[in-house]
Amino acid sequence: MSRIGVIFKRELIGYFATPIAAVFIIIFLMLAGAFTFYLGDFFARGQADLIPFFDFHPWLYLVLIPALAMRLWAEERRGGTIELLFTLPVTLWEAVVGKFLAAWCFTGIVLALTFPMWVTVNILGEPDNGVILASYLGSFFMAGGFMAIGSCVSALTKNQVIAFVISVVVGLGFVLSGYPMVLDVFSGWAPPFFLELISSFSFLTHFNALSRGVIDVRDLVYFLSLIGVWLFATALVLEWKKAE
Amino acid sequence: MVELRRLGKTFGPIIAVDDVSFTVGRGEVLGFLGPNGAGKSTTMKMITGFLTPTRGTVKVNGFDVQEQPLEAKKSLGYLPEGAPAYGEMTPLAFLVFIGEIRGFRGAELQRRVAETMEKVNLEGVAHQPIDTLSKGFKRRVGLAQAIVHDPSVLILDEPTDGLDPNQKHEVRGLIKTMAQEKAIILSTHVLEEVHAVCTRAMIIAKGKVITDGTPTELEARSRWHNAVILRLRGPLPDGVQAMLEGVPGVRKAEVIDEGPAEQAYRILPKDGQPIISAVSRCAHRQDWDVVELSVDRGHLDEVFRSLTMPAQALT
Repeated sequence: MSRIGVIFKRELIGYFATPIAAVFIIIFLMLAGAFTFYLGDFFARGQADLIPFFDFHPWLYLVLIPALAMRLWAEERRGGTIELLFTLPVTLWEAVVGKFLAAWCFTGIVLALTFPMWVTVNILGEPDNGVILASYLGSFFMAGGFMAIGSCVSALTKNQVIAFVISVVVGLGFVLSGYPMVLDVFSGWAPPFFLELISSFSFLTHFNALSRGVIDVRDLVYFLSLIGVWLFATALVLEWKKAE
Repeated sequence: MVELRRLGKTFGPIIAVDDVSFTVGRGEVLGFLGPNGAGKSTTMKMITGFLTPTRGTVKVNGFDVQEQPLEAKKSLGYLPEGAPAYGEMTPLAFLVFIGEIRGFRGAELQRRVAETMEKVNLEGVAHQPIDTLSKGFKRRVGLAQAIVHDPSVLILDEPTDGLDPNQKHEVRGLIKTMAQEKAIILSTHVLEEVHAVCTRAMIIAKGKVITDGTPTELEARSRWHNAVILRLRGPLPDGVQAMLEGVPGVRKAEVIDEGPAEQAYRILPKDGQPIISAVSRCAHRQDWDVVELSVDRGHLDEVFRSLTMPAQALT
């Protein structure tokens, strides 16, 4: 087992050793259910698919993933364990990736626990399970994107509340970057290619493509490179500010 | 085993460590002394590779900490200030984690963790979350993670801070048993500790090394070094003080305690020479009723104050 694996294991067990795991799982499942059935009109639509379920994922993640991510580095710094971690024979990169993968894997576990939704829709009708699988995949990758943003913001501050608020705002920027709310800031003065660039950063565009059942490599590459860039930024921020 | 060359660290306009050079070899226990904010912790953080020096180099076992950090860190054990640990873990799980990070697996890992727990007496709390442990146990957990891989270099930032006298004694005993085959650097505010465990003491103030020597050499810098404390039971004739000052080698005699039944004097020598036999002969000749006659070896805290106060007064 590599050192990334050792860190991954410790972190993942850590979620379950504290009430974080239980609270997060319960809240996520409750909200996902409530949104699907009440706001999404799951039954009244009369269609055997999980679109009303997945449609709310970006918004759920927007609030819940920063709550999970805010402690990633802020807590290490507050408790002084960051000094312990970085004087052990591990590289900065191994620590950043190990901790991120554990957090991402935890969201994967939570996502997998929504399987009763899939069971329900299969009992009620005959959904396209390929589309559902693609949607799950898209949702998982999008969760990784939110988590990587949260990781970087968490590295910036000792204060978990600040980390949470900033992560939500940055996440909102990425969710809405294809929408007028964000684009209007740039339209009128920025060149058209820049506007296209901004809107191509939208989580929603890429997630919606995946959740329609189209597994386009470009959408997966988008999320993976987004994760890579934010983790790289996390490492830079830690190198710069780890002693503060 | 540890070699610092012209090490310096600045935080913006603040000079935390200023041109510090020294080496520590196997079998040495170096005590870092100095007021708060003197640069002790900063120096330790640079030795362990947590902080990047602004200038200068640190070598641990021949490996440059900046250029070959993994190799340097492998032979290093570090107890950071306040002994941080992952509070939700049990000492057992925590030590297994540290052991795994350091590359031990299977039976070797089990053996090392068990041995370390035994060394620092953690077996009784092995399965309690670290957050629920007392300060003394938390410190021992910190010490345990620093020695689980039996490092050749040990850096301990205030290892006995916040411990009760028994726990201090235990930790010092542990450090002493490890001292022969390791190079140890520890920082402390407790000056008696320097005598108890250190073979070498270094006073740091404002980021600079002020003195470097054995604890005994350091004490010799005290103005009370080799002074004699003489306590006599009265009634005494007048002029005892003058008589004491007349003893050969005596520079001055001070009354330090004056009561109806007893009087005590501190007799200071010229140039720190031993004077106890001369004083003893004088007391014998005069047939004084001697209650106490002892040599003052000098006071580290007095040396510490006289060396670090002027520097502090400037800030």
